[in-house]
Amino acid sequence: MMNVAVIGATSGIAEAVARRFAKEGARLFLAARNPVKLRAVADDLRVRGAVEIFVHQIDFADFEAHDGLIAAARERMPTVDVVLIAYGTLPDQKAIDRDPPAQVAAFTLNATSFISIASRFANLLEDQKGGTLAVIGSVAGDRGRRSNYVYGSAKAAVHAWCDGVRGRLERAGAAVVVIKPGWIDTAMTAHLRKGPLFMSAEAAGAAIHAAIIRRERVAYIPSWWRAISFVLKMMPSSILARLSF
Amino acid sequence: MAPYESWGRFIASHPSSVVPLRWRDSLPALSDGPYLAYGKGRSYGDSCLNNGGTLLDAAPLSRLIDFDRQRGIIHCEAGLTLDALLNVIVPAGWFVPVTPGTKFVTVGGCIANDVHGKNHHRAGTFGRHVVSLTLARSDGTQLHCTPKENVELFAATIGGLGLTGVITTAEIALKPIASPDIDQEQIVFTSLEEWDGLSRESDASYEYTVSWFDASRSPTRGLLFRGNHAAEGKGHAQRPSVHLPLRPFSIFLRPASMRLFNEAYFRANARRRGVHRVGFDPFFYPLDVLANWNELYGKRGFVQYQCVIPPAAGLAPVTELLSRIREVQSFLTVLKRFGSLPSPGMMSFPKEGVTLALDFPVGDRRLMPLLDDLDRLVANAGGAVYPAKDARMSAESFKRFFPQWESFARYIDPRFSSSFWRRVTYSE
Repeated sequence: MMNVAVIGATSGIAEAVARRFAKEGARLFLAARNPVKLRAVADDLRVRGAVEIFVHQIDFADFEAHDGLIAAARERMPTVDVVLIAYGTLPDQKAIDRDPPAQVAAFTLNATSFISIASRFANLLEDQKGGTLAVIGSVAGDRGRRSNYVYGSAKAAVHAWCDGVRGRLERAGAAVVVIKPGWIDTAMTAHLRKGPLFMSAEAAGAAIHAAIIRRERVAYIPSWWRAISFVLKMMPSSILARLSF
Repeated sequence: MAPYESWGRFIASHPSSVVPLRWRDSLPALSDGPYLAYGKGRSYGDSCLNNGGTLLDAAPLSRLIDFDRQRGIIHCEAGLTLDALLNVIVPAGWFVPVTPGTKFVTVGGCIANDVHGKNHHRAGTFGRHVVSLTLARSDGTQLHCTPKENVELFAATIGGLGLTGVITTAEIALKPIASPDIDQEQIVFTSLEEWDGLSRESDASYEYTVSWFDASRSPTRGLLFRGNHAAEGKGHAQRPSVHLPLRPFSIFLRPASMRLFNEAYFRANARRRGVHRVGFDPFFYPLDVLANWNELYGKRGFVQYQCVIPPAAGLAPVTELLSRIREVQSFLTVLKRFGSLPSPGMMSFPKEGVTLALDFPVGDRRLMPLLDDLDRLVANAGGAVYPAKDARMSAESFKRFFPQWESFARYIDPRFSSSFWRRVTYSE
């Protein structure tokens, strides 16, 4: 039986992935900030087949609470086979363009608090000599863009941190999977106009679940985003600066 | 992502905005309007559209809440599809009590349209199996409605076309099954009179019956399908649904290709004799194999006409209706006898009698006047036309089919409306 910890379990993507694990009869540890939403997600996953579910309420921006999160996961599950870290916030870039404290707050939640939590789980996986650290990154982290550079720079930090820690964890038999979602139809993107290139949360959940099982190091979801990201990465800054997306 | 169309693709969808509903306990404030919940867009006409208003996308409300595996009661959010529901309940030995011809519909949609299926003569409508539902109103209240609590809103919401508010959760009483498979048989008939006898006989011993009818031919002919849940067996594997680029292949638009299709369909099925065991997918959801079969009707789309003729009128109106539609092309004519079990819904469409469902590609200039004639024929026979499938009935026809519409209107949420409702209640 798989023991899966989902950190940020009420995010649309995390919920879709967790449904896959639940169907396979996993034991789930779910952490999120809002207890009512957490309960709704937990009930659903139980009916879908999870054999055992533990919920943990936490404000991820509260660094003091991070030790307690890892302790609770360790206490509830004999081993941690998969940790999926999926919480985050997508700020409205225009609204915070000239608001330094808001930029720092968004970066702190998406990058600094991530490192605080992920490094604790990395230690756990290294000590138990196995397991998979799966992280929701973003295509936005591949290149800073005018429309979401605060979010993007935090995700770039997440990617770089994962690239590095992977070298450490793989030596201990553990894996690091970085998921880079492109356009997925979830609450985070509810305000965006949906084109035909948007992937449903359900399809994304299936693809991410498969990437975690395969221990893929970097998975673009949908996979063709890899090509777009390649072009963006190669693009000279002089051209990038003129783009508005 | 789907652009919030309806299934017939005949009426354009132009909501002024779309708001997704993600959490049943923290819905957005509904202080503007008019609003209408939108599920999977499988209604054919404009009953799921709200042009100029706000669509509340209920599809994210897809969580299960509880499943009583002993009693067979499922409690879920209303945006859950029957497809997702079946994935959970079939392995546990349960089935949906009533199902329409596609599983890509939401539970909320099944309630709002009080859908029926091939077992109407045994089980009645979907609404009969609703144990309770939660209705979110624009004033911020969430009402628990059952046959004993908030009785009037319960009756108004079943078949209420989404106008009484947002259905956020529901409890449904399921049906126990020994196997997910169906023992199916099909029988050829060559006249309406023959069908009449055959369908009465079949309804007495079969849980599910439905007939396909080739309306393009004279003399007529058709196939009656009947089936029961198998007494044993682990079940066939579930069949995948594929999405193909069909728009360039609008075969249902041309009379010749339509006749060819009907001929091939008849021959393929008439050859099979006796009872054979099939999975529930091909039995209940034959068209779901093509996720976007509606695109076979080309870019102008199609309209469906489903009516019910009460038994008092006899078979004469059905015969006349079938002869009238030969003036234009129709594909996929479906025939079924509704039983006498009453529906709990105030505005429900099904009632005892013969129901006919006809698909027409849009384009023939004679079509709309013909359908208006059919409306008069149906109304004179004391029947009704199905709002969930309608895109064109006049306000006058609607009010004849559903004379109770004015008492129903009292239960409509003041901030809710639909393109359909504005069309059929319009008065000069």
